[in-house]
Amino acid sequence: MPNCNLPTLYDQLGGAAAVEAAVDNFYRRVLNDDRVAGYFDGVDMDRQRVKQKAFLTMAFGGPHNYTGKDMRNGHAHLVSRGLNDSHVDAIIELLGATLRDMGVAENLIQQVAAIAESTRNDVLCR
Amino acid sequence: MPLTPVIRFGDARCELREGESVLDGLLRQGVPVAHACRAGSCGSCMLRAVEGEIPAAAQAGLKDSWKAGGYFLACICRPEGPLTVAEAGSDARVAATISSLGKLAADVLRVGLTCTAQFPYRAGQYLTLIRDSGLARSYSIASLPEEAELELHVRLIPGGRMSGWLAHEARLGDKVVLQGPSGECFYVSGREDQPVVLIGTGTGLAPLRGIVRDALRAGHRGPLRLFHGARTVDGLYLREELAALAAAHANFTYVPTVLDGDGAAGVDVGPIDRIVAGQLPGLGGWRGFVCGDPALVQNLKRKLFLSGMALNDICADAFLPAAL
Ligand SMILES: Cc1cc2nc3c(=O)[nH]c(=O)nc-3n(C[C@H](O)[C@H](O)[C@H](O)COP(=O)(O)OP(=O)(O)OC[C@H]3O[C@@H](n4cnc5c(N)ncnc54)[C@H](O)[C@@H]3O)c2cc1C
Ligand code: FES
Repeated sequence: MPNCNLPTLYDQLGGAAAVEAAVDNFYRRVLNDDRVAGYFDGVDMDRQRVKQKAFLTMAFGGPHNYTGKDMRNGHAHLVSRGLNDSHVDAIIELLGATLRDMGVAENLIQQVAAIAESTRNDVLCR
Repeated sequence: MPLTPVIRFGDARCELREGESVLDGLLRQGVPVAHACRAGSCGSCMLRAVEGEIPAAAQAGLKDSWKAGGYFLACICRPEGPLTVAEAGSDARVAATISSLGKLAADVLRVGLTCTAQFPYRAGQYLTLIRDSGLARSYSIASLPEEAELELHVRLIPGGRMSGWLAHEARLGDKVVLQGPSGECFYVSGREDQPVVLIGTGTGLAPLRGIVRDALRAGHRGPLRLFHGARTVDGLYLREELAALAAAHANFTYVPTVLDGDGAAGVDVGPIDRIVAGQLPGLGGWRGFVCGDPALVQNLKRKLFLSGMALNDICADAFLPAAL
């Protein structure tokens, strides 16, 4: 049981409303960043937005159903197109910039970055 | 042994093969099911399940009353078990007659339809037009629901089976079937002061004409900026009507644009996405409607989003050609 007196990271960030507030900002940064934008060419933007929300919910410490296997399946075709550590670094950086833009405290941003970091090996299918 | 779901349709019976959709299976058995996009977007292949379980994915995007009625899209339906299906009923299909036919531009037809029963729709939605041969194609609705005639703008495609038929063979009084409507591209009231941009090329103007008039009628107060693009001036149509509408409503502006031209009075020259970006550099807080050529729609959607428009505020209809 988590300690009921302490709000979770997800609660501190503002829960689902925070995800909704962050998703366009984050997705726009991704599409504007030449390091990673190419991996999003030609994808259906509405479906991608749904995926970005699921990713942010997980990174914010919220309820999610991601498994390591899903991460691998979802990214295998990108790894074969050259996805590597530098791209994961870029995404974590853009995530931080989004949260800073929203006025989120630095210690919470570090916790979000740590959760995103924990998926690195699955994303890169290692 | 993997289960092969059995699909029944009237007297026909087919065992689905691995990975086959209900549409594929029925067509393989020679059952004539109307279809066009084969990708779950146009709504042409809608059938009704009389018995059996429909996967939720096959009902994605359908309105609730249709979901409740057992309707589903056959082209994206891969059931786990047996299904008995039937044609869409009178709650989703109505008979109509061609009540007027004319030209709006050298390669654009205006098709007026009169329905024999109620066909409720929102201005800007699209329908499936079905010929007696069973051929089905999607078209956006350019009229308003209370107008007597339902109006379509159809671009004549060389060798086009539906557009060619409408241009060369169809006669006043010919009977067709309308199915639908579908689509989320329509004006929603409640944000009357929000600025709105509408961008379409070619017959992409059809839904936008409906949406603009719907918004004005609903008392929209914020700016409404309509950009219509064509290759050359000959492809711009309804110019007088739209100019008159702009003259009558201070918050509505109409910007005709062409790709090739010498900048004749009142027409902007250049790629439409650049013309829009030049006139509307920041779009945070705006709502956008984008219709027409699929590549252009995809490109504009991305540009509007990168100019600050929220993705949920962008309504887009790509006029995808039918899959063969
Ligand atoms: C949601 C939706 C809304 C639509 N709304 C409209 C509308 O309001 N007005 C309108 O005119 N169309 C609209 N379309 C397109 C329309 O459904 C048909 O695809 C189009 O009219 C061609 O049908 P056809 O039977 O005449 O040609 P087909 O017999 O299907 O095609 C003949 C040949 O032309 C090719 N072709 C088809 N379309 C094009 C094209 N655009 N450019 C170049 N080659 C092409 C085909 O690949 C084929 O080789 C819409 C499509 C969708 C999905
Ligand atoms: S939705 Fe099935 S054919 Fe278009």
